[in-house]
Amino acid sequence: MPLPSYTLGVMEASAYAPEVFARGLPSGPRPEQSFEDVAKSAGAVAGDASALLSLQGISLSFGGVVALADIDLSVRQGEIRAIIGPNGAGKSSLINVISGVYRPDRGHVQLDGTSYAQVPTQRLAHLGVARTFQNLALFKGLSVLDNVASGLAYKVRSNFAGQVLGIGRSRGEQRDSRSRAEQILEFLHLTAIRDRLVGTLPYGLQKRVELARALVAEPRLLLLDEPMAGMTASEKSEMASFVRAARDRFATTVVLIEHDVGVVMGLSDRIAVLDYGRKIADATPDEVRNDQRVIDAYLGVASDNEDGAGI
Amino acid sequence: MTAITSDFVAAPVLPKWVVPVLLLAFAYGVVPLIGSSYVFEAILLPFLALSLAGVGLNILTGYAGQVSLGSAAFMAAGAFAAYNFNLRVEGLPLIGSIFLAGIVAAAIGIVFGLPSLRLKGFYLAVSTLAAQFFVQWALTKFSWFSNNSASGVIDAPRLSISGLALDGAVGRYLFALTIVTVLTFLAYRLVSSQTGRNFIAIRDNETAARIIGIPVLRTKLLAFAISSFIIGVAGVIWAFAYLRTVEPDGFDLDRSFQILFIIIIGGLASIRGAFFGAALILVFPLALSRLGGFLLGDLFDSGVLDMSQRIVLGALIILFLILEPDGLVALWDRVRRRLLFAWQST
Ligand SMILES: Nc1ncnc2c1ncn2[C@@H]1O[C@H](COP(=O)(O)OP(=O)(O)OP(=O)(O)O)[C@@H](O)[C@H]1O
Ligand SMILES: [Mg+2]
Repeated sequence: MPLPSYTLGVMEASAYAPEVFARGLPSGPRPEQSFEDVAKSAGAVAGDASALLSLQGISLSFGGVVALADIDLSVRQGEIRAIIGPNGAGKSSLINVISGVYRPDRGHVQLDGTSYAQVPTQRLAHLGVARTFQNLALFKGLSVLDNVASGLAYKVRSNFAGQVLGIGRSRGEQRDSRSRAEQILEFLHLTAIRDRLVGTLPYGLQKRVELARALVAEPRLLLLDEPMAGMTASEKSEMASFVRAARDRFATTVVLIEHDVGVVMGLSDRIAVLDYGRKIADATPDEVRNDQRVIDAYLGVASDNEDGAGI
Repeated sequence: MTAITSDFVAAPVLPKWVVPVLLLAFAYGVVPLIGSSYVFEAILLPFLALSLAGVGLNILTGYAGQVSLGSAAFMAAGAFAAYNFNLRVEGLPLIGSIFLAGIVAAAIGIVFGLPSLRLKGFYLAVSTLAAQFFVQWALTKFSWFSNNSASGVIDAPRLSISGLALDGAVGRYLFALTIVTVLTFLAYRLVSSQTGRNFIAIRDNETAARIIGIPVLRTKLLAFAISSFIIGVAGVIWAFAYLRTVEPDGFDLDRSFQILFIIIIGGLASIRGAFFGAALILVFPLALSRLGGFLLGDLFDSGVLDMSQRIVLGALIILFLILEPDGLVALWDRVRRRLLFAWQST
């Protein structure tokens, strides 16, 4: 990679970093301006250093099944990046690799400048990465509020004895995590059900609670595996607006898997298309919509799928 | 907090400390006056010890989701450790011996909890059997543990706290009641703390727990340690207050199963459940023998009693697992809600 652009990338990153690293609740939406600046400079080079997340030559197979084949991907700070593709294309596998649940056979995941052969799952939250799961992964025995507050577990420094006796920093931590969880519940319109056991909620709401649990840590990178699966059209558009609002409010970079092409086209800045573990396209929604390979592999006749029907 | 309270939020009439406080007032103020020594010796003392063991196992199995069949081993470890601390450490107060015994049980719990870092469910349960067999073997094999007594059965030291002798039935009852009360209260605080929520998170979804940054390995071992501490102290109560002898025999696999049944019947992931379950498991054989004697007369000898106990208990467990997997606690809460509802709508 050319040296000048690289330097530029680093400069951009460090100019941006202080805001990104500040994990307190931002007071308002981020100025769009800075995203575009970063975006422009990043656009100049592929796989540049200003990318928050980049994958290099990721391959993964299960027995004979190739889930991912030599995938490169670069996600810029602040962007909403969709990953689409037919069933079994390797989308979830990709997110599992990014979050360290799977170790790729080859390739590296670069997070914020550090390269990993396998991302350390246990430290994921500390690295500012949060995720949701295709199949709900909530804690059924906990209330909505406790599920969401558990998203801050990585910050807890008090030990069990302090918590039992209510001494030391445990009280402050408890108060802090509750109030932050409550803010997120408010943000996602979940306050009314905060004391319900999550297991008793309808599917769509559980999906939203899972988003809340991921968001409460104010992650710099948010990985969403089909957050709108199984939702009605109005629930989907509500969820899409939450994802957008989360990006704007927390300056979170979003990687999103979604089958509903209509939603994806409206929501994302860029779309990567997977097919049989290969990346067959990586472009803006408009370009993807008109890409012949994508149409053949996934979209069918493009005009039929404007609204994402049948996928 | 919600983990155990949310299932009974629907009864908003009383603040939730009222019932425990009333029960304690009764246990301290009334029971010592009206109880016969049979009630203390045969019912209340084993009830307290087994309830506490149930509370301990529930932290590990009910909350943290790690199945264990080694409870009796941790009880034995606690009992023998307390005996030896008391015997060998000059001037150590009884409470000190009991606390250190809990620490020893916790340490053994951590060692036998190590397989949980790799194993789950059935396989983990089988590996905790190792604790069961190893501890019993070690206690029988090395007579140092029983102070080289010929029979292996040793008298427990007399209970006393700062000079106040507690070796009558009532004294031992109050002694046990106090320890059980304190530890149960702390256990309740624990399960409603961040650590308790981490236990539940690991039980409900280990991958998600790891991803949100819960230190999974450390938390599992902590669950083993705390659980074994409580079970170890329960073992001390069993040996010192109830049996008044210390011997490995009573801490066999049957006992481990008994404690597991207590929490299954009473209710997993419920502190109250351990008390419900222990009450049922203790009262039930007594009731059965009365009933059997009444219906069948002399035919109902101890052999028949023993067999029918096992059969009925087994059936009961299966029934609970199928019909009321949340245990007596859930049943009780439902009945109470119904009654409350009926009462309110009249
Ligand atoms: N843990 C696993 N063990 C074995 N095979 C797996 C595993 N995870 C994924 N695969 C296989 O890898 C391929 C890609 O699966 P993946 O779940 O990534 O697809 P996907 O694009 O998310 O599909 P969907 O849209 O159905 O969620 C599939 O053939 C799948 O069967
Ligand atoms: Mg998938």
